[in-house]
Amino acid sequence: MNLNSFIAMRQEIFLLTILLLLIVGEIFIHKDKKGSIIHLALFLFGIHTIIGFFAIEESSLFGGMFRTNTLIHFFKNVLNVGVLIVLLQSADWIQEKMIPLNKGTEFFMLLFSSLLGMYFMISAGDFLMFYIGLELSTLPVAALVAWETSKRISSEAGVKFILSAGLASGVSLFGISLLYAATGSIYFADIIGVLTTTNLTILGFVLFFAGLGFKISLVPFHFWTADVYEGAPIGVASYLSVISKGAAAFILMILLFTVLKPLIHVWENIVYVIALATMFIGNLFALRQQNMKRFLAFSSIAQAGFILLGLITGTQLGTATVVYFIMVYIFTNLAAFGVVQAISSQTGKENRDDYNGLYRTNPNLSLVMMLALFSLAGIPPVAGFFGKFFLFAAAASKGYYLLVFLAVVNVTISLYYYLLVVRAMFIRKSENPIPFFKSKIYMRLGLIITVLGILVLGLYSPLYDYIFELSNVFNK
Amino acid sequence: MDILSLFVIVPVLTLLALVLSKGLKQARIISMIGSFIQLGMAINLLFAYFKERAVNKSIMLFTQDTVWFKNFNVHYAIGVDGISVALLLLTSIVVLAGVFISWKTDDLPKEFFISLLVLATGVYGFFISIDLFTMFVFYEIAVIPMYLLIGIWGSGPKEYSAMKLTLMLMGASAVLLVGVLGIYFNSNADGGALTFNILEIAKVHIPFEAQKLFFPLTFIGFAVLGALFPFHTWSPDGHASAPTAVSMLHAGVLMKLGGYGVFRIAMFLLPLGAIEWSWFFIILSATGVIYGAFGALKQTDLKYINAYSSVSHLGMVLFALLMLNKTAWNGAILQSLSHGFMTALFFALIGMIYGRTHTRDITKLGGLLKVMPFISVIYVIAGLASLGLPGFSGFIAEMNIFVGAFQHEEMFYRVATVISVSAIVVTAVYILRVLGIMLMGEVKNEEFLDLPKVTWFEVTGIMLLLIPMMGMGVAPLWLSDMTMESVQPFIQGVLNHL
Repeated sequence: MNLNSFIAMRQEIFLLTILLLLIVGEIFIHKDKKGSIIHLALFLFGIHTIIGFFAIEESSLFGGMFRTNTLIHFFKNVLNVGVLIVLLQSADWIQEKMIPLNKGTEFFMLLFSSLLGMYFMISAGDFLMFYIGLELSTLPVAALVAWETSKRISSEAGVKFILSAGLASGVSLFGISLLYAATGSIYFADIIGVLTTTNLTILGFVLFFAGLGFKISLVPFHFWTADVYEGAPIGVASYLSVISKGAAAFILMILLFTVLKPLIHVWENIVYVIALATMFIGNLFALRQQNMKRFLAFSSIAQAGFILLGLITGTQLGTATVVYFIMVYIFTNLAAFGVVQAISSQTGKENRDDYNGLYRTNPNLSLVMMLALFSLAGIPPVAGFFGKFFLFAAAASKGYYLLVFLAVVNVTISLYYYLLVVRAMFIRKSENPIPFFKSKIYMRLGLIITVLGILVLGLYSPLYDYIFELSNVFNK
Repeated sequence: MDILSLFVIVPVLTLLALVLSKGLKQARIISMIGSFIQLGMAINLLFAYFKERAVNKSIMLFTQDTVWFKNFNVHYAIGVDGISVALLLLTSIVVLAGVFISWKTDDLPKEFFISLLVLATGVYGFFISIDLFTMFVFYEIAVIPMYLLIGIWGSGPKEYSAMKLTLMLMGASAVLLVGVLGIYFNSNADGGALTFNILEIAKVHIPFEAQKLFFPLTFIGFAVLGALFPFHTWSPDGHASAPTAVSMLHAGVLMKLGGYGVFRIAMFLLPLGAIEWSWFFIILSATGVIYGAFGALKQTDLKYINAYSSVSHLGMVLFALLMLNKTAWNGAILQSLSHGFMTALFFALIGMIYGRTHTRDITKLGGLLKVMPFISVIYVIAGLASLGLPGFSGFIAEMNIFVGAFQHEEMFYRVATVISVSAIVVTAVYILRVLGIMLMGEVKNEEFLDLPKVTWFEVTGIMLLLIPMMGMGVAPLWLSDMTMESVQPFIQGVLNHL
């Protein structure tokens, strides 16, 4: 391994170093000061995030198993920022609930391992690396979902997650083996040339797709989502709903647009149908949710359906809009989850009715939540609007007007349930509203970053243009 | 800074000042100052427009163009013609009047004025945009604050009304989005680059099939906001539940976005589609004209009466626009303006009556002329304008509409015109019925005998609306000439495509 390969794998190596440093920290930090592991982890990861912004050259390692380029590097940075926000928002919860149980360090280590898995997954140059990355990103999360062992619902969620994840990755692996049988290679670069539409490759593709569909929680692979989100600690739920989903959607897009491009006539139709099913089912089920975590779970299923609108195109425009939307979605959904987290850790309340009259007692939190919901619903001038508009434009550019029309019907449905939360916070009055409280510094920082993201990402157009420039790496 | 962008910047600055303010007194003073500056800007723009128009013959004046999203060729492109100048003036007046009418908002005053100004920003931005994307952005910005405005400060079944209104309008804008995308992706039909710029697209010959597909989407997307039958149902409920200033702004200004959008986008960019579909939408809008009038006849709640009356009046706007005819189009513009002042005035008066008597049911009111003469007299004036009496603003507008509409040579259009004209008679009936029951006769309730006097801010608000409305009726020509001149290139552009 020479210096060049070190630079190309900079993100992975740094993250691994942080992991190891945390183990050292765990050993050396005095028992009474275990809380400082949080500051250490945040500090190290913050530095890691900042260093990540330095550019990286396109390169390929280990005979093509691992590759990186500007777009992949950019996306890793997006993931970093997302994870940083998740950590900031969870810091108080770890401090209060986990440190006394001596479970602080492991939380960070598992989360970082999962992130490391995602790095490998999106940097994969062959199916083997992809599969290892997929597993590495999933398994630690299963432990994290069951983290609050004192709660029955959390353990239940953990079991549900690990069983469904195991099944999904098994199916996916079977799909990969069929693709290997048909093409004789697991390297993406080799497969592109020899992949043809035969029954075997179609079956292989469908099975493979199911595995990633699980991670993105596309219908009909979404059944785990709501239960797991409800049972998991909120920080983990938000990690699952944005980081895990975003990374999976990204790699799915890369694979569809490059390796599986010869099958475009097959996957076009599959993506079309699944996009519709995901949007409709996600939205219709979200309508009747009372628990905010379940509500956000179904809302994030619906959002995944919108992502597919960009995936269906197979063009540079599609790539750019999907990456842009995922980025916007990370900030937006983390803002919503952050508010839920802040309220839950302060009062333990998680239902929509508990939010009644929130604006009159906690105006700032309500405003953040409103911005997030408007962004999810796609209302200008916040970022979500631009994200959705561009996705729809991408789908329309290929002439899928009917799909776009049905998608905008879904936007209207989703607006209804997002407004229900706004109604609870702003319009309804309550006998015993959530009393005023001041969030801790990390939580506030986490929310401020998301709000800045929501406001700036949309209006500041050079960012989108930059992503568009980067996107041509997969569509040459 | 250019003269037009100020229409977005000043409200935004006012918003920021409001965010920092504390309490009702500061909030209303800041909003008043901000709105006064906007009115000043609008008047200044009017004179600047006349000056510029004398030497500059291009369709849009004071144009500015900044690239926003390079890849989609989205520009922040702005420019005005006589129509937008007139509507900007209308908006600034109604906003200022709305601030005065809301002088005594005691529940969350800061938030109220902020929402009001967000709405105003959206409307201003919409009227100055000549880029489809920018226009669409402002359109949604203008609609969404309605939810909070009705939900928080409304009365009656406010949660229901607010949700219904928001969902119907946002649903319509979602449909519109498909239309906008359809226009955008056909804007290279003549071989140029894809563009959102309205003036550029107007030169392109969009294929007939595409026009046929996207015209109804675009038309309905805008026309729902213009209370197109049968998508008008948000309007009566919304207006009845909304607080006074919001009803004023909504009926007076926001609903004009619908007609304006139909005129600028649906008709101008998709003329072939318009001709193909005009029979269908003429049936709908003529039904709306008649239905609204009869609906108003049956209601007893003052706000419902006005809401249905708005359905009828704005139905005429859509009806006139569908005629694809210069006189009728000019009538549609004038009707928008006239209705804007008139209906805002109505809602302001209704708010004042309700604030004093605590009822809007006309059967419980009576003899108001004796107990609140000022309000009653103004109500009579507004009523006469609404029924289109010569000398008031409504007459000139409706005259133009129906004269223009009757010029159409085909029998179908003439029959539709005759049917719509008959609504004028019904209008007279429902207006006079209200005036008769509410203002004349004996005072029905002893408590009404000593009601609070009108206050200075109410009088200011009323006068702001009354004076331009009277001015329009007495001296219509300068305004009519200004809009007619601006309608000309649009009708010409449409005819070029036929």
